[in-house]
Amino acid sequence: MSEIVTTGADSAAATGRATAASATVDLDVWEIVIGLEVHAELATRTKLFSSATNEFGQEPNTHIDPLTLGLPGSLPVLNEQAVELAIRVGLALNCTVQRSVFARKNYFYPDQPKDYQISQYELPINAEGWLELPSGQRCGIERAHLEEDTGKSTHIGGGGRIHDAQYSLVDLNRAGVPLLEIVGKPDLRSGDEARAYVSELRSILVAVAASDGKMEEGSMRVDCNVSVRRRGDDELGTRCEIKNINSLRSLGRAVDYEAARQVDLITAGDRVVQQTRHWNEEDGRTHTLRNKEEADDYRYFPDPDLVDLDPDPAWIERVRAALPLLPAARRHRLADATGSSLEQTALIVERGLDELCLAAVAVGADPARTLTHAEHNLSDERAVSLDPSAFAELVGLEVGGQLTATQAKQVLAEMVSSGRSPADIAAERGFEAMESSELEGLVDGLIAEHPDEWQRFCAGDGKITGFFVGKVMKATQGKADGKAVTALLNARTG
Amino acid sequence: MAARITPDDVAKVANLARLRLTDDELDRFTHQLSDILDHAADIEALDLAGVEPMARPVPLANVFRPDVPGTPLDRDEVLDAAPAHEDGLFRVPPVLGEAP
Amino acid sequence: MTGPGATTARDIAAGVRAGELSAVAVLDAHLERVGLREADIHAFNHLTEAAARATAATIDARVSSGDDPGPLAGVPVALKDNLCTHGVPTTCSSRILEGWCPPYDATVVTRLAAAGAVAVGKTNLDEFAMGSSTENSAFGPTLNPHDLSRVPGGSSGGSAAAVAAGFAPVALGSDTGGSIRQPAALCGVVGVKPTYGTVSRLGLVAFGSSLDQIGPFSTTVADAALVLEVIGGHDPGDSTSIPAPFPSVSDHLDDGVAGLRVGIITEMMGEGIAADVAARVRASADALAAAGATVEEVSVPAVMYGLSAYYLVAPAEASSNLARYDGVRYGLRVDAPTTGEMMERTRTAGFGDEVKRRIMLGTYALSAGYYDAFYGKSLRVRTLIRQDFDAAYERFDVLLSPTSPTTAFPLGDKTADPLQMYLNDVCTIPTNLAGHPAMSVPYGVGDDGLPVGVQVLAPALGEVAMFRTAAVLEGSLS
Repeated sequence: MSEIVTTGADSAAATGRATAASATVDLDVWEIVIGLEVHAELATRTKLFSSATNEFGQEPNTHIDPLTLGLPGSLPVLNEQAVELAIRVGLALNCTVQRSVFARKNYFYPDQPKDYQISQYELPINAEGWLELPSGQRCGIERAHLEEDTGKSTHIGGGGRIHDAQYSLVDLNRAGVPLLEIVGKPDLRSGDEARAYVSELRSILVAVAASDGKMEEGSMRVDCNVSVRRRGDDELGTRCEIKNINSLRSLGRAVDYEAARQVDLITAGDRVVQQTRHWNEEDGRTHTLRNKEEADDYRYFPDPDLVDLDPDPAWIERVRAALPLLPAARRHRLADATGSSLEQTALIVERGLDELCLAAVAVGADPARTLTHAEHNLSDERAVSLDPSAFAELVGLEVGGQLTATQAKQVLAEMVSSGRSPADIAAERGFEAMESSELEGLVDGLIAEHPDEWQRFCAGDGKITGFFVGKVMKATQGKADGKAVTALLNARTG
Repeated sequence: MAARITPDDVAKVANLARLRLTDDELDRFTHQLSDILDHAADIEALDLAGVEPMARPVPLANVFRPDVPGTPLDRDEVLDAAPAHEDGLFRVPPVLGEAP
Repeated sequence: MTGPGATTARDIAAGVRAGELSAVAVLDAHLERVGLREADIHAFNHLTEAAARATAATIDARVSSGDDPGPLAGVPVALKDNLCTHGVPTTCSSRILEGWCPPYDATVVTRLAAAGAVAVGKTNLDEFAMGSSTENSAFGPTLNPHDLSRVPGGSSGGSAAAVAAGFAPVALGSDTGGSIRQPAALCGVVGVKPTYGTVSRLGLVAFGSSLDQIGPFSTTVADAALVLEVIGGHDPGDSTSIPAPFPSVSDHLDDGVAGLRVGIITEMMGEGIAADVAARVRASADALAAAGATVEEVSVPAVMYGLSAYYLVAPAEASSNLARYDGVRYGLRVDAPTTGEMMERTRTAGFGDEVKRRIMLGTYALSAGYYDAFYGKSLRVRTLIRQDFDAAYERFDVLLSPTSPTTAFPLGDKTADPLQMYLNDVCTIPTNLAGHPAMSVPYGVGDDGLPVGVQVLAPALGEVAMFRTAAVLEGSLS
């Protein structure tokens, strides 16, 4: 007689009860493995297989045609521009662009008007690529394929939650909009890396004008596969798919929570059950949905209403030739030109200020100071229009000692807002660097006037520095260089 | 394919296809589907490893449409044909469960 | 002949265009016949009498003002009820679409109208085109005009009967496994399935997408050619549409068959084919030989596997094509507390047995673990069939076979056993799998006095040779 053993832990795992996860995972013991699936809405005028328009936020059910409604007799015809954009993204992700086949994914759902989705299964248009994170680390891309979007359901009654609704309403405006599903390899190892990946992917999508990549608007959607394993293990752990992640911040939180949940389960002797889980932003946990009776069998088969997609090499080359310089390449270019680290260039490239910096450096601006200003003092979006020579001049004034760091920052801010030259602005504000002898005289005078404070400074009270610097600043109306003052004070203690 | 289709198989497949069968229908359909699949034993016996599958008979590839909007259908006409609608939306009973 | 007795589409159109015939008068003559016999035959699901009269009147007015309404001016045409007609019920003879009116026209419907044709109504069919007798219609069968106790064939039984009964000189049907040719044979009319991709499927309610083609029924070979030239040719709205105009067949109808190489398909003349049917096929072969063709037997071995492959491929595609009938956006809805249950109750109530059978068969053939053995294997058998046909067409220009194994059978004869019904299509199915054209030409009667059709087959885009042969056969009877 066979024995069926059910442990309490198994049943807990089976019901997917959310466990109280530890705050953080011990990364000396555990490795977190993350693979991301990103769906990006392509910026075409019309839908993937029909001439209904692709527009966000319009009156419900106004962008409809027979195919969008799944009417009897309707037929799909492929949007050439969607293919162009798919090729662009594929090349930008270093994929092979190949012959591909559209397949039907069969399942019933009210926002799926044909009760099947036209997608790509065995042969996707783009395969085997990678992208480079700002850290320089590469993450593999398994595939990026074309598929139709679904319509949208809203659930009425029961607070909008699906399980308590009285009825549902379906808008098919979005049904049939072109999506590119980008499947990343499980090469990511932390919530931060996951966020960096999504951020980078978004930058690429925007750079090639394939999508506007707005997570909050739903034009870019992220699902996250998370598993854990003991460090040193080769085999991957059982993964869970996390859905309903609507921002980068949620992504990081969801990864951290889920990894901890899985580690807790395993540590307690339970198994991780492979399942789809929902991220709940309010309670900060992932939850299983109501158990499905059986896994969906999608019965994929090649769509007989469509023919093979086999872009000719000439088309692919045209797209490749027209690609803009991508973010990773821009980071490398800036790092190479300035001798800086890749990380330092990331924010600058993200802001689109790399060309400005390169041009400034090209006319002699000090690379380090140029980058520092770009990173810390040029968050205004008008900075992109700064004249590189003027920027270089500003940096030169600071490096040459005519402006203090503080002054340079102020002048720069006004250059951005007014477009005037650094020399004019500096003169108008009366910024001149102080003669060092004048400064020494001031410092000596203050030391003499405030012996108690001076005693404390000599005794090593670092906080008292501010007292002296403040006095100097007041006396010079801010023209003094704080660092120089501190240096003089220190010299006097000797 | 040598094994006939079982009532369990038929029940599963009916469920996948959103069809509900009476017990009598389940029996009858199992029997009939078995007969049809039995007939297909002739192709089961063929060794077709070297033969390419033909999904469609036209040797076409790369058929496209320009990214130009067409005339949308009249929403009123479409909703008039709908079993239930509200505020320009298709209305359905509560949907349990998320989409796959 | 033109004039009031004109019965062919060619003659009617010529007469109307010349101002010698009134489209309204032509319509009236046909509607009178409808009035006399339709109650017995039940060819139509829906008659569009008022609209037809308006169209006919417009055509007469255009002719009066010197305008040319087109090559089918004033020709009454019946449309199979799985062709979308804007604002006119399109039911596919199913409860699930009862009363549903499409908001758009099928391409072929638009092209017929642009050519001046007068649509008189929507004809009965086996539900969703699944059947060989029109007994699977949810609205009752159509009866064979030659013998009301017998079936007209299917699935386009209504269109075949409409032409046979003189309700319209031409009609459109659809053919997935023989659904034009077999009823044409049983009703003693011409029926053509053109090369896959030559007639747009946009607006044809899909059954087996890689097999379906729309084609004409007519009383003459020339009329079938005329209709195909109007409805055929590239449609950018159908991705599987061949980017070329329809072959101009009409110009070659009188070319004859001297020197043409004709092959009688061995595998379609053996066991399972009624002796009287086989005899008519041999007689037709003799007629072609007498007209100067060389006639031999040819083996196309893979056609023996056609039935098995077809009854996996077609249901597989159908199971997916018919998923959309879920009660959400149009058609029948049977209410329930949840959407899942609503879909289930709707489909259970809305579909008949044969449709359910094929949906389940197709779902099974595609399901996880079975795909390679069933659907996948069938697609390879398809290649085999194509290869064997290609080999035959290296030695022959056209092939010959029976269209249907028997003459029209009595109602109820084959409804108990689905497999028995499927065997009606053994001769027609292989051409759908190969994507080739084929047509049925009436060629005398069987021992029971009922019509027999001979099937002429040709390679892809071989319509000219096919029609030349059919024209000679037609001529050999008069």
